[in-house]
Amino acid sequence: MPHKTFVRAPEWEIVIGLEVHTQLSTNSKIFSGASTTYGAEPNTQADAVSIALPGVLPVLNKGAVERAIKFGLAVGAHIAPRSVFARKNYFYPDLPKGYQISQFDLPVVGQGALTIQVEPLSGNAKPYEKVVRITRAHLEEDAGKSVHGESQGVTGVDLNRAGTPLLEIVSEPDMRSAAEAVAYAKALHSLVRWIGICDGNMQEGSFRCDVNVSVRRPGEPLGTRREIKNLNSFKFMQQAIDYEVQWQIDTIENGGKIQQATILFNPDTGETRAMRSKEDAHDYRYFPDPDLLPLDITPAMLEQVRATLPELPQAKRERYVNELGLSAYDASMLTASREMADFFEDAVDSLFSQVRSAINLGAAPCAEPYAAKLCANWIIGEVSAQLNRDGLDIAQCPVSAQQLGDIILRIVDGAILNSGAKEVFRTMWEEQITWSALGGKQARTADEIIEAKGLKQVSDSGAIEKIVDEIIAANPAQVAEYRSGKDKVFGFFVGLAMKASKGKANPAQLNDILKKKLAG
Amino acid sequence: MSLTTADVRKVARLARLAINETEIETARAQLSGIFDLIAEMQAVDTKGIAPMSHAQDLSQRLREDVVSEADQRELFQSIAPQVEAGLYLVPQVIE
Repeated sequence: MPHKTFVRAPEWEIVIGLEVHTQLSTNSKIFSGASTTYGAEPNTQADAVSIALPGVLPVLNKGAVERAIKFGLAVGAHIAPRSVFARKNYFYPDLPKGYQISQFDLPVVGQGALTIQVEPLSGNAKPYEKVVRITRAHLEEDAGKSVHGESQGVTGVDLNRAGTPLLEIVSEPDMRSAAEAVAYAKALHSLVRWIGICDGNMQEGSFRCDVNVSVRRPGEPLGTRREIKNLNSFKFMQQAIDYEVQWQIDTIENGGKIQQATILFNPDTGETRAMRSKEDAHDYRYFPDPDLLPLDITPAMLEQVRATLPELPQAKRERYVNELGLSAYDASMLTASREMADFFEDAVDSLFSQVRSAINLGAAPCAEPYAAKLCANWIIGEVSAQLNRDGLDIAQCPVSAQQLGDIILRIVDGAILNSGAKEVFRTMWEEQITWSALGGKQARTADEIIEAKGLKQVSDSGAIEKIVDEIIAANPAQVAEYRSGKDKVFGFFVGLAMKASKGKANPAQLNDILKKKLAG
Repeated sequence: MSLTTADVRKVARLARLAINETEIETARAQLSGIFDLIAEMQAVDTKGIAPMSHAQDLSQRLREDVVSEADQRELFQSIAPQVEAGLYLVPQVIE
């Protein structure tokens, strides 16, 4: 891809809205009992309804409706007590009925909102939070797939995907940069996976984004938009928007006018280009589908679905900050996915229950915020780094949350230092991978590894006192300096004591003893 | 409401209907008649009446999310004009 530097004149404001098609994770199709499993042989999951044989009738899938409600509740939206299915009419071979069943003026999910965390692209700008309004979300069926170029003069049609349930989520044009659009798409992607309504697999097309882009001078009415279709990667979204914005600004500054159009992004060239504009492309002649009755959602059904809703990312972030004392940054990293948050909470739970029941915590700082912060640091730092290195995601982490909790417990109670803990963690990681490849056997426990590697700190106050006494006796000049008020020499003594204990002296304990003895 | 022959051509194209020149005037007159009837209905005062989206005042029944359909590709494709490698073949469409 050719490298381009985009110069954006500050007098231009970018306006972006998204339409996202999420494939709902049901077993069967939205209007029939055919399977939705991905990757089956062509047309083996295309039943009489999917291929639109005459005389068949659609019957709505309860699982699809429940997932739509779940999404609506998660974004604080109004759920329509009565919504209506409509026919969207157009002709294409992968749409055998000649219309797509969708929803038009009465969608199932009304206005809602999603809070996003934006990481600006320019180096010195700070991350910030923004609320993006959601206009609506509606249920519809997917079309089939056209296979071009297999044989001369013909197009192949695979109708396995026809009738797969989709929830199309439409945002307001609230985003003002590519970074905000990507942050919104990522937050939405995380949310639909979080609440379990979509597998989020972008390669398989489970999460497809259409991006509406326009530019204007601030204060002016909205400019004419062009719609970039079917982006299935966040990286491409970023590139497509950057290219498109620059193209629109150049066009207007060179005296041209933007024509409303549907465009495609080519990842190989990094450019966008307009699709052949069909004269009647947007004349869909929607009307209520007489084959389907209005969808009534009762308060009872609403409550049933509400009861299945997990704690949402935003609520978790607030709890982590308010109850566990984490920073907003840590909280947002840990809620990037539900698996990540689960891992963190399992580690904290396991650690807290042991910290609370531990009797002999000595002088170590054992407050829960300290333990929670340690867990956060470990998961965001060491655990994520190792996962990246091995190309794993958190659900596949060889060291379990409980095992991590066991390691951190030994930092909290002062048995080992952070550096020792890293050694335990890496050893456990390798052992777990080796043993699970060989079948069954578990890695050694944290305590066994600490013992075997001799990583335990010296917490025996007698032993530390002995070391301190020897150092004081051997360095009378520095002792005198310290006693005359030169506090800086303290570090010199700590260094010597750590060296003498081969790094195993409990630092808190060592500090206490040193201070007491140096005071004379 | 009186439709023009251009309206009739547009509707025919959208519906993929072939209408020849001699049929256009007949279609225009008939369609205009339908729109006149609609105009008459629209004159009725419907203030305070909730719009209906279906002739029956019932609500949609829901189906449990269970796979109930077996693969019948062979049967369905036995009546298709042209198939290859499991795909239905149609005249080439170029995007």
